[in-house]
Amino acid sequence: MGARALSSVLRFTPPRDDAAALPAPLLELRGVSKVFPGVRALDGVDLTLRPGRVTALVGENGAGKSTLVKILTGIHRPDGGEIRVKGAPVAFASPQDAEAARITAIHQETVLFDELTVAENIYLGHAPKTRLGFVDWPALRARSAALLYGLDAPIRPSTRLKDLSIAQRHLVAIARALSVDSEVVIMDEPTAALSHKEVDDLYRVIDRLKGQDKAILFISHKFEELYRIADDYAVFRDGRTVGSGRMAAIDHAGLVKLMVGRSVDQVFPKAPAVIGAPVLEVEGYSHPTEFAALSFSLRRGEILGLYGLVGAGRSELCQSLFGVTPPSDGSVRVEGREVRIRSTADAIRAGIVYVPEERGRHGAVLSMPIFENASMGCLGAVSRRGFIRSAEEFKLARHYAERFDLRAASLSQPVGTLSGGNQQKVVIGKWLATKPKVIILDEPTKGIDIGSKSAVHAFMSELAGQGLAVLMVSSELPEILGMADRVMVMREGRMAGLFERAGLTPELLVEAATGNAGSLH
Amino acid sequence: MSAASPPRAPDGVDLRAFLARREMLLVVALAALLAVVATRFPSFVTPRSLGGVFNDTSILIVMALGQAAVILTRSVDLSVAANVALTGMTVALIDAHHPGVPLALLVATALGLGLLLGAVNGALVWLLGIPPIVVTLGTLTIYRGLAFVLSGGAWINSFQFTPAFLSVPRAEVIGVPVLSWTAVAAVALAVVVFGRTGVGRSWYAVGGNPTAAVYAGIDAGRARFLAFCFSGLLSGLCGYLWVARYAVAYVDVASGFELDVIAACVIGGVSIAGGIGSVGGAVLGALFLGTIKNALPVVNVSPFAQMAISGAIIIAAVALNTRAERRRGRIILRPGASRPAPAAVAE
Repeated sequence: MGARALSSVLRFTPPRDDAAALPAPLLELRGVSKVFPGVRALDGVDLTLRPGRVTALVGENGAGKSTLVKILTGIHRPDGGEIRVKGAPVAFASPQDAEAARITAIHQETVLFDELTVAENIYLGHAPKTRLGFVDWPALRARSAALLYGLDAPIRPSTRLKDLSIAQRHLVAIARALSVDSEVVIMDEPTAALSHKEVDDLYRVIDRLKGQDKAILFISHKFEELYRIADDYAVFRDGRTVGSGRMAAIDHAGLVKLMVGRSVDQVFPKAPAVIGAPVLEVEGYSHPTEFAALSFSLRRGEILGLYGLVGAGRSELCQSLFGVTPPSDGSVRVEGREVRIRSTADAIRAGIVYVPEERGRHGAVLSMPIFENASMGCLGAVSRRGFIRSAEEFKLARHYAERFDLRAASLSQPVGTLSGGNQQKVVIGKWLATKPKVIILDEPTKGIDIGSKSAVHAFMSELAGQGLAVLMVSSELPEILGMADRVMVMREGRMAGLFERAGLTPELLVEAATGNAGSLH
Repeated sequence: MSAASPPRAPDGVDLRAFLARREMLLVVALAALLAVVATRFPSFVTPRSLGGVFNDTSILIVMALGQAAVILTRSVDLSVAANVALTGMTVALIDAHHPGVPLALLVATALGLGLLLGAVNGALVWLLGIPPIVVTLGTLTIYRGLAFVLSGGAWINSFQFTPAFLSVPRAEVIGVPVLSWTAVAAVALAVVVFGRTGVGRSWYAVGGNPTAAVYAGIDAGRARFLAFCFSGLLSGLCGYLWVARYAVAYVDVASGFELDVIAACVIGGVSIAGGIGSVGGAVLGALFLGTIKNALPVVNVSPFAQMAISGAIIIAAVALNTRAERRRGRIILRPGASRPAPAAVAE
């Protein structure tokens, strides 16, 4: 297998002086797929990692990168395809199996233990033992110190992890990977929370790992750093590998084209909208850490798409508008009147509602019956003299259940027993019951099946038609292009562009979201 | 209203679902318990004797209702028994030293002081963000300590009380003592508060999913505060009832009773994880525990074995609880759950 892959490289790569020197693959994936209920997360991906080389993995949100990492680290099991380590097929039943196969992932937010020391974190689970079976502390400290020294990391092994910066934690995680002698190191957006200098330090460590013949999978949205650090690339789209090769052989535009790569073939039920006066006007809106100086307006009947990559600050902006986290500066006007939103109750009163991305965690009380969830935001409307009238509650719930074609055996059924799509209907129904002026939909169709998706889209169009102003956060380009009247793009907490529907292309949006090559930080 | 929607969702609760509920299970368990006791000691199940058991359990019922509100919000109130001791001691001292104070004013004092003590718990949890178990562990000691400070450690005995103070809970209205009527009234109040007010609904929402509750415009801290107030109010009432019923007030009144109160809630299916539970469940849990405590001595079980049996029942109830909750979890995860599945509704 290894020989065949090598020969295929030889056959298709234009002759270069170092082409013959490509080492045999350390890790190979062929046609790996993974299906979650209602979603095909991976649909036959191929990936090849070679020792001493950094492979960049790029793709839109939801392209399947995280699922791949979870499969490679033994958290999920693939439904099909083949994983080979040094040519031998492997199947990981647990994270321990992946670790035994010398694969380690360093996550965005590292999964280490705050209250343990650096040395304990590095050797947790595989501490050196004395002959009597006790932990050999002197050896543990000495080896940790040696590993950190090897990384050029000025960290004392006896420091507690909670006292370290994020960059230092990354180094500890890397030291941990080296302590189990990992040959494949996966880095999932390691630079997301690092300063410029810390990023440079990380690059040096990566160069060092390359020198030790480790194969590195580097996941990032920042194209500049990919060109700085990566040797090869692989692009995922909709759970498939749509391109791979040498980083030197492709430019920024080429990568964007691969990431987007498709025409908007899905039909979106977007009705031509009658757009009226501004409803929501936001000026100089800032947050201490997540976003800064955002100004935009949202008009009656309009769907404003909000696009950006993970970590661009979109959800944080929405949560701020909804009173979950206070902004540090800026003003918000609803129908021309300045409003101060300090709690979610204030936002609801001002006519702003938010349908969160994570239904289970934020949207519904799963143990509560459907009708109680539906009336949760507007108890006043179903009460008389402070007492809830269940007849009114059922009437309200039945109204929205019929409007959304809710599939449930009974309105007294707990929301937790419904499918994802139906839970979403209950959550949206709950908000409409408050008679809002602005509705913020955060990834409204994430994780729901195709049929329900178009129902949600039709419904969104209908809402806008009734004069509601809709702010739709979405990472799905077809959805943005198909549904939005205007699109606002955010990158690293700042406005990166505002586009009208006419003449909008996916390339334009992705380029704005990833930043043009060369504009470093 | 329109005939257009394909599967019309029935509004009511269907019978099978009702029978499968924990409340029904508790009723059956209670009946079985009575049947077993009846084979050994038939006179235990006469209406008169059962009325006595209910009267004996009244205080536990009232306090279990308050505790249920707190537990619904993912909190716990360990200070309820100390609240009983302090309010009981306060009204006893007033009655003993100022016999002229009318009983209505004394009851109002008990209610007011109980509410205040509950509000202190709630405020500490809400404003300082201290975990409820820590707050009430502290106030438990403080409240009992205050009872000692007020009384100087002295007892107030039955001859020091005014006759009205002691007789009212025992007085019979339509053949049932006022103490029992108080429990009935508290149950009625709880049914309305839990099921018919925004406050009650916010307790369920905050316990069921605090984040979703906040996103729905509910102030989680305020909801929890009000739950502690409700618990404190009912505990204060029980402070008077306890002292009047046993005709004595001392610092260690109702010592350890908070554990019985929490046990009653747990047996009644109020989930320690919050968000799940009902008034009926809490009442039945209290009755079950009360019946055990009354029946076991009758059938000559030693006091130590009684404690062991009570404990075993609490653990069995929690085991049942967790099983029921885990089963529901699986239904969420099952991919085909979108179709109306009658079997799944029988949960």
